[in-house]
Amino acid sequence: MSEIPLGGILFLVVFIALFGTALIFLARAIGGQRDNNSSVKRDIYECGIPGQEKKESKISVKFYLTAILFILFDIEIIFMYPWAISFKDFIASGLGTPVLISMGIFIAIFVYGLWWEVKSKALEWD
Amino acid sequence: MGRDIFEISINGVKLLLIFFMMVQAVPILVWLERRGSAFIQNRFGPNRVGPLGLLQLLADAVKFLTKEDFAPDKAVRKLFYAAPVFALIPAAIAYAAIPMSVPFTFPAFEFQGTTWGPYELKAQGYEIGVGIVFILGVASLAAYTILMAGWGSGSKFSLLGALRASAQVISYELAMGLSIVGIIMMYGTFNLTDMIQAQQGPFQFSAFGYTIASEWLPNWGIFYQPVAFVLFFSAAFAESNRLPFDLAEGEAELVAGFHTEYGGFKMLMFFIGEYGHMMIAAGLATTFFFGGYGIPWVSTQEMHQIIMGMGFSEVGAQGLNALVHFLSYNIKFAIFLWIFIHVRWTLPRFRYDQLMDLGWKTMLPWALANTVATALVIYFVSI
Repeated sequence: MSEIPLGGILFLVVFIALFGTALIFLARAIGGQRDNNSSVKRDIYECGIPGQEKKESKISVKFYLTAILFILFDIEIIFMYPWAISFKDFIASGLGTPVLISMGIFIAIFVYGLWWEVKSKALEWD
Repeated sequence: MGRDIFEISINGVKLLLIFFMMVQAVPILVWLERRGSAFIQNRFGPNRVGPLGLLQLLADAVKFLTKEDFAPDKAVRKLFYAAPVFALIPAAIAYAAIPMSVPFTFPAFEFQGTTWGPYELKAQGYEIGVGIVFILGVASLAAYTILMAGWGSGSKFSLLGALRASAQVISYELAMGLSIVGIIMMYGTFNLTDMIQAQQGPFQFSAFGYTIASEWLPNWGIFYQPVAFVLFFSAAFAESNRLPFDLAEGEAELVAGFHTEYGGFKMLMFFIGEYGHMMIAAGLATTFFFGGYGIPWVSTQEMHQIIMGMGFSEVGAQGLNALVHFLSYNIKFAIFLWIFIHVRWTLPRFRYDQLMDLGWKTMLPWALANTVATALVIYFVSI
């Protein structure tokens, strides 16, 4: 296992941030500003009428629910990764059966959670 | 001291090279996409600027640059301008972690009285022990850029598009993350290079005293994990917001999704990010399921021997070997990118509830079943 090369990652992140910022400033400098600076031009997009909707208006709570469910399931899936990577080692050291059974219990809970979620109509979109 | 400077500068140049490789692949892909879609739809596509319309993208870039840059009055300006820049970052740092060829070792040499090297140049930005976790984790940061763009634009369409896109990206991340658990279990490593090494040689699978072996089938992951491949690759379409899952920009209902208010160069940067995610998905699919940079039927050592047999020096043979494997990687990579484009112009768009149902109720259970089946097979085979 090699350590995480933070230097390389940081270098790339900083470089891309600078590169992208430079591109935006370059485009701004070359593009220039037109004379027409009316408020109609600077309005947000709407199909040919004055802007009606505001972004503060209501949005479906479904997205929030999806995000919460995602966090639950994502943590469960991430929990499987260390098990998956060492499963063969466990089998080689003779601990395969208990590890498999304990993961079976975990996956049963996972499946029950998913089943319950489907049953309680948390995943229905109308 | 001299050695450190040498290594740091070589690595810096390499990282920049990988980033610019990613950026310059975008015009080619856009050209391919427009040209390919034109042929699929029985049109000509861009064919006026330069040979085969190849210079069209250069002309487009100039046009993008000369566009007036402005933000809507209602926009949150900081977020609005930061989002396109941040769209580049996750794609680039995840892509840099994918190995593209065998390492090439610089021999030691004298320059200005100092000995430099020997140094092993890896054909990837940086090798990370937990490569898969890093790539998946970083690539999913793209959800933040989408939300930044959606909120920053101050427009209803952008916000709705961003919410849809981020909900879709996180939903399919579950199926994607779970589909590769089987692969991790099989190879017992997170390291992509080790995974590629494990996929060399001919196909051989033995269980309960029986052996299935093939002379001509390479030992690729797809023959062990076909279900995982289908799940992974379909989830990759949703992750990179491509058709048939590009609900984020369903024109009929959302104008253009989270980049409704963007134009000119900022739009181009979102494009680079999106194509970057496509490239990550193609690179990962190649690495997990198609032997990465490996050449079927010839292992990396054998290839080195063959090139040595042609009368090259050790260094020359290493360089040529790296080049050949780089070519092999890029051929597989290009095939996957073409599949992305072909699918986009073949399938219609899903409806949003169908998309969510497919992710949560179909792909997640299948990925789970694949994991359980793999675990059971590994357990009973090695008992």
